[in-house]
This record gives sequence, C-alpha cells and structure tokens, in this order.
Amino acid sequence: MFAPAPILPVSDADPFALDVLEDPLPFQADLRDAGPVVYLQRYGVFAMGRYEQVHAALTDWQSFQSGAGVGLSNFRYETPWRPPSILLEADPPHHDAPRAVLAKILRPRALQKLRASWFRDAEVLVDQVLSTATEFDVVADLAAAFPLRVFPDAVGIPDSGRENLLPYGDHAFNAFGPANGLVAKGAPRVAELSGWVNEQCAREALTADGFGAQIWAAADRGDITHEQAPLVVRSLLTAGVDTTVNGLAAVLYAFARHPEQWAGLRENRTLARTAFDEAVRWESPVQTFFRTATSDTEMGGTMIPDGKKILMFLGAANRDPRRWENPDAFDLARNPSGHVGYGMGIHQCVGQHVARLESEALLTALATRVESWEIAGPVRRHLNNTLRSWESVPVRVRLGQ
Amino acid sequence: MSQNPVSSGAPADAALRVVAKEAVAEGVVALTLRHPTGRRLPDWAPGAHIDLVFPTGLTRQYSLCGDRWDAHTYRIGVLREPVGRGGSAYVHDELAEGDVVGVGGPRNNFPLVPSQRYLFIAGGIGITPLLPMIRQAELVGADWTLVYGGRTRTSMAFRDELAAYGDRVVVAPRDECGLPDLPTHLAAADATDTRVYVCGPGPLLGAVENYCAHWPVGQLRTERFVPKDRGASLRDEPFEVELARSGLAVTVSPGATVLDAVQAAGVNVLSSCREGTCGTCETTVLAGAPDHRDSVLDDDERSAGDCMLICVSRSCSDRLVLDL
Repeated sequence: MFAPAPILPVSDADPFALDVLEDPLPFQADLRDAGPVVYLQRYGVFAMGRYEQVHAALTDWQSFQSGAGVGLSNFRYETPWRPPSILLEADPPHHDAPRAVLAKILRPRALQKLRASWFRDAEVLVDQVLSTATEFDVVADLAAAFPLRVFPDAVGIPDSGRENLLPYGDHAFNAFGPANGLVAKGAPRVAELSGWVNEQCAREALTADGFGAQIWAAADRGDITHEQAPLVVRSLLTAGVDTTVNGLAAVLYAFARHPEQWAGLRENRTLARTAFDEAVRWESPVQTFFRTATSDTEMGGTMIPDGKKILMFLGAANRDPRRWENPDAFDLARNPSGHVGYGMGIHQCVGQHVARLESEALLTALATRVESWEIAGPVRRHLNNTLRSWESVPVRVRLGQ
Repeated sequence: MSQNPVSSGAPADAALRVVAKEAVAEGVVALTLRHPTGRRLPDWAPGAHIDLVFPTGLTRQYSLCGDRWDAHTYRIGVLREPVGRGGSAYVHDELAEGDVVGVGGPRNNFPLVPSQRYLFIAGGIGITPLLPMIRQAELVGADWTLVYGGRTRTSMAFRDELAAYGDRVVVAPRDECGLPDLPTHLAAADATDTRVYVCGPGPLLGAVENYCAHWPVGQLRTERFVPKDRGASLRDEPFEVELARSGLAVTVSPGATVLDAVQAAGVNVLSSCREGTCGTCETTVLAGAPDHRDSVLDDDERSAGDCMLICVSRSCSDRLVLDL
C-alpha cells in the first residue's frame, strides 16, 4: 500500500459522486487550492487540478502513459471492458500509425470539402427548428441533432441504428470512471451497442466516400494494418459524437446565459470559431482523463510511484485562475488558445477540427436568424463520469429581421 | 502569468543549442541539440527530420537519429558533402559546441508503418532515419534485417550501435564486398510481405525502385531529401503581414511569431500547440511566400503556399497577406 508523503495533500472527496458531477466547480476549486498534486484516498489515485501540472502531464507521454488505460481501470492489472482504443489507449510506437492516418483524414484542409454542405445543413436544421417554435430545447433540437445529421454521414455509416451512437458513447465515457451506478445503468445494453458499433466499422458497412473508407484505404496502402482499420473507425464513432454534442450544448448554453456575448457574435461572425473553444474551456466536455506513471515520477514536488494512476482534471485546469484571468467568465474577448479541453500533446483530440467546423456552421446559421435568446426553464444536467453533459436546456428566442 | 512552457512567446523551434558535436565516421559528425532553456522539444517519430537553418539562409534536412523517449535533445548525423552548397561544410567547419542554430520541424514524410517484418536498406548517411526505426522494430518484436552499404567501413557511421544486433545487420562496404546483393534481399522481402524502407543516395533508391516497380503500393517506402527551393532565403529581417479582412498591417520581428504579431494587433486567432503540430492556427495565405516550419502540411500543400501555420511558420517574402 502506498503511504503518501507528509507534504502531499490527501482528500477523501469523491469526484465521481453524483452531486459533484452535477456541479463539479466547488470540488475543482478545492482540489486546485489543496496543492499541485493531491492524493484521492477513496480511489488510491493522484489528482491534478492546476493548469501547470495538467498541461505538463498531458504533454509528457514518456512519464505518463495512456496504454494502461485513460480511465480508473489499470490495464496492467485489469481486463478492459472492450478491446482498448488503438489511439486513446495506446502509447508510442503503437500509437503512431493510427494517429498519423486519422490526423491526415481529419485535418482542416481535408475538411474544406465538407464546409459548404455542413453550413447548408446547419441552415436547414435551424430553419426547421425556428419555423415550428420560438421555444425549444437546444440540447435535443440542435446540439444532438446537428452532429447526428452530419457526422455519421461523413464517416459513412448507414442511417439505421444511428440512435445507438449516443448511448454507446455515454457508456464508453462512463466506463472511464469507477464502477458506480452510472456504469451499472449502462451495462445491460453494452453487448448490444458494442455489437452494433463494431458492425459499422466493417468495410462493407461503410460508404465509399467517407472517413471510414479513407481509413480502410490507408490500410490497403499499409499505413495501418487491416486489423487496425475497424478500431480506428470505432474511435471516430466513440469519440466523435457525445463529445461534440456536449461541446455544442456548452456553447449554446453559454450564449443563452450571456446575451451580451451573443450580441457580440452577431456583430462579428468571425467570433464563431473562438466561441466554441471558449466554451470548451469554460464547460470542458471531457472533464477528466487518467494517465499511469511509467516509473517513479516527480510532479509538482510529489513523487508518484510507478504504476500509479493520475487523474487529470481538464475542466479544473481550464478554470485555473493561475492561468486564466477571470476564468469563470465566458468571454469572447478572451483568447482561449492553449486550453486543455482537447487534451494536449500526442493525444490531443484528433477530431477537434471536425468539432470546430460543426460549431462554426451551427453558430453561423443561428446568428443569421436569432436576435436574442434566454433560458426558458430549468436546465437539467445529464450525469456522466467523464463528460460535462446536459439533459435539457430550454430556451426562448427572439428572431431577427 | 502562466507557467505554460508552450506560451513562451518565442517560436517553439526557432533556435537550439549544439550541446555535443562528435566525429562518428570519416566525414560524418553527430550533433546533439537542446533548447537553450532546456525545455521539452516537440515530439517526433522514426523517419522524422528537422531543418537546420544556416546563417546564409540555406536550409537542409537531417533525419532525427536519437531516442524519441528523450524529450530534451535531438540528435542528427551530418555527412560532409564534397559537392554540396555549403550547408554540411558549415556544420563540419564552423558550427561548434555551444552555438545556437535555427531549427525547423520536426516533420515526418517517412513514417514507420506497422508490420511483422521489415527490410531496411541504407546507403551511407541514409542510415540515420533507419536507426530509430530499427530500435522501434526491435521494441515491438518485429522481424527485421538491415542491409547497410557504404564506401568503406570507416566511412560508415553508427556501426558500433548496430553491432549489438548481430547478424540481423549486413554491413557491406563496397571496397570489401562490392555492391550489396539487393535482388536477393528484395525477392525474399516480396515473398514474405515485408515492408521495405530505403534511404540513401539517388542511385541506390533508383535501383531499388526499379526492382520493386511491380510491387503493391505502400510496400516500398523511400526517402529522398530533395533540397527545397525556398525562394531567395529565409529571412533574418522583419517582414510585413497584412490582414486582409481586418485591414491591418503588422510587422513581424525576427524574434516573434506571426501569431504573436497578429494577436498583438488585436486579431484573435486560435492556436493550440504553438509548435506547428496540431493545425489549429492554419491560416489562408492570399499573397506572399510562406516559409513553412510546421509539421502538419505535406509537400504539395507547402509548395502550393496558400496556407500556413502561423504559430511557427514565417515568410520568405517581404510581405504576406493573410485571410484574417
């Protein structure tokens, strides 16, 4: 059993308790104030909530590996619930080839081809929503609807069964946390959902022109193996939906709460790109990820023993007053560059450009039509062990000319 | 203020210090480079190279041949090119331990793809990108062979490092054994679905490419360092950046990045890694010639010159016009 050094702050708080997931901000502030590294007694893991240490740990893949799992489960000693991701849960050298293939397929220049059609799709969706009501739910009607409309098409999976993507992603992100009630709730459908997702990753299931087909083409060139191809497609389907839905919900929620910022965007549409990243900083859709120490490693004055899990609070780092001025404000005048909401280093979110494009399309379409909006009823969170997520954000809009 | 080491304000890869320079074979020196403040260097994978930027404005590419697990130093091997344009002569004759040299990248046009079996073929200094590949093949338990040709044994660098691998390495100095028996090795590779990696002088690459002309795409992987024509020169002087959408013009001084200059002018541009690896700050170039120093764009995109990563890339021309 590990005996914490006397200077190491120890906490018995549970970051995965439902009330903390409901509102993680007080816990995060305590964590940051307690010290650069804190020992979480309940799970026997080290935690970091300050930007400096979170950034350093994310960047240092040599000392903080992902291959033992980026959840609480330590793959050195435990069997993962599904075959590990060859991107997220892999270290160099195994990580190199899948990452290089996906990075090339999802880089900004490659996405230029999708830009015009996604902007049109966003206009169509926004028109549909606004033509039927001036009160609606931004989560269901926009934040979830838009990615589900454009992203599975871009990957190239068939129409039927797309409703499985969200519950699959929800469970995958719950499973990074401890085996609590949220994981138990998803367990009964795991086999069915995993089975469906795995079927979509097969070459035959994918259209000829999407990201999925490009991944298989990379396997034909030998850039990855044919065994790796379906797992790379799986990564897109796991990580590309829930995260974007919550990122979009975050930016829409942020604007509903900050009418003056919406007015600013209406005046200067180029702020649409900044807005999404500011929202990812402010309400980080991925709140936490774990790493595992590859040897006895010093961090923030603490020696973290080999094999120990480290829980990095991306959301806490993104609101660390040591790094950000007035961090609790959603402010388009701020430059959010350098936030760790997408991670940092070799595992930095490979799909970030996709998410930004989706957001830019949706916000641009809304800015054209919506003059102002406000929260129209109680906002309900959706609790997830890893994601900052919403069940419902009801709004009332006033349309512009 | 932030302790964030990537927000230091200076280009991440602008200048590295030579902390060791040693002769490793006849006409070959190995350089070890480190950031002057000792900070982490951008990550790389086998096959990656960096650009060295010489005081004359000339740039040359050198493969990284050190240990990627060491985040604080880069190691390269430099052959004195008898008919070169001065880059290698500068490294051999002028550049000394303690000097600071301009560095771009790393970029990787020669990545190691997953395979059960590899045949590595090196000619002379072409051994450098293959060294980390071999270490990696060893690490993942792949089956591999290296055929290493060179003029004479004494001109062939890193032989002592390779000696540890025993008979997986076929050392073939021309003055002792003539040209290596490529057809036999390549025929064996073809029969076993082996990935073949070749780096070396043009005639060696040509011979291998001829032999493998009928092979499936991707089985043979070669790297050729074509000296890039970057226009007049990389600039030491300031240059102008015009922001077309904002109607502003800013001057980028030698020590600053385009990103810094644009932001100082009040134009918000998203960036993330600040070392030319993530692509977040990619910006459309409307006029002017960017001096690409990122590790994201491929050769076609770089030569098209219609976009750049402004966190690290600079300008070859007096003026750049950006779509900002």
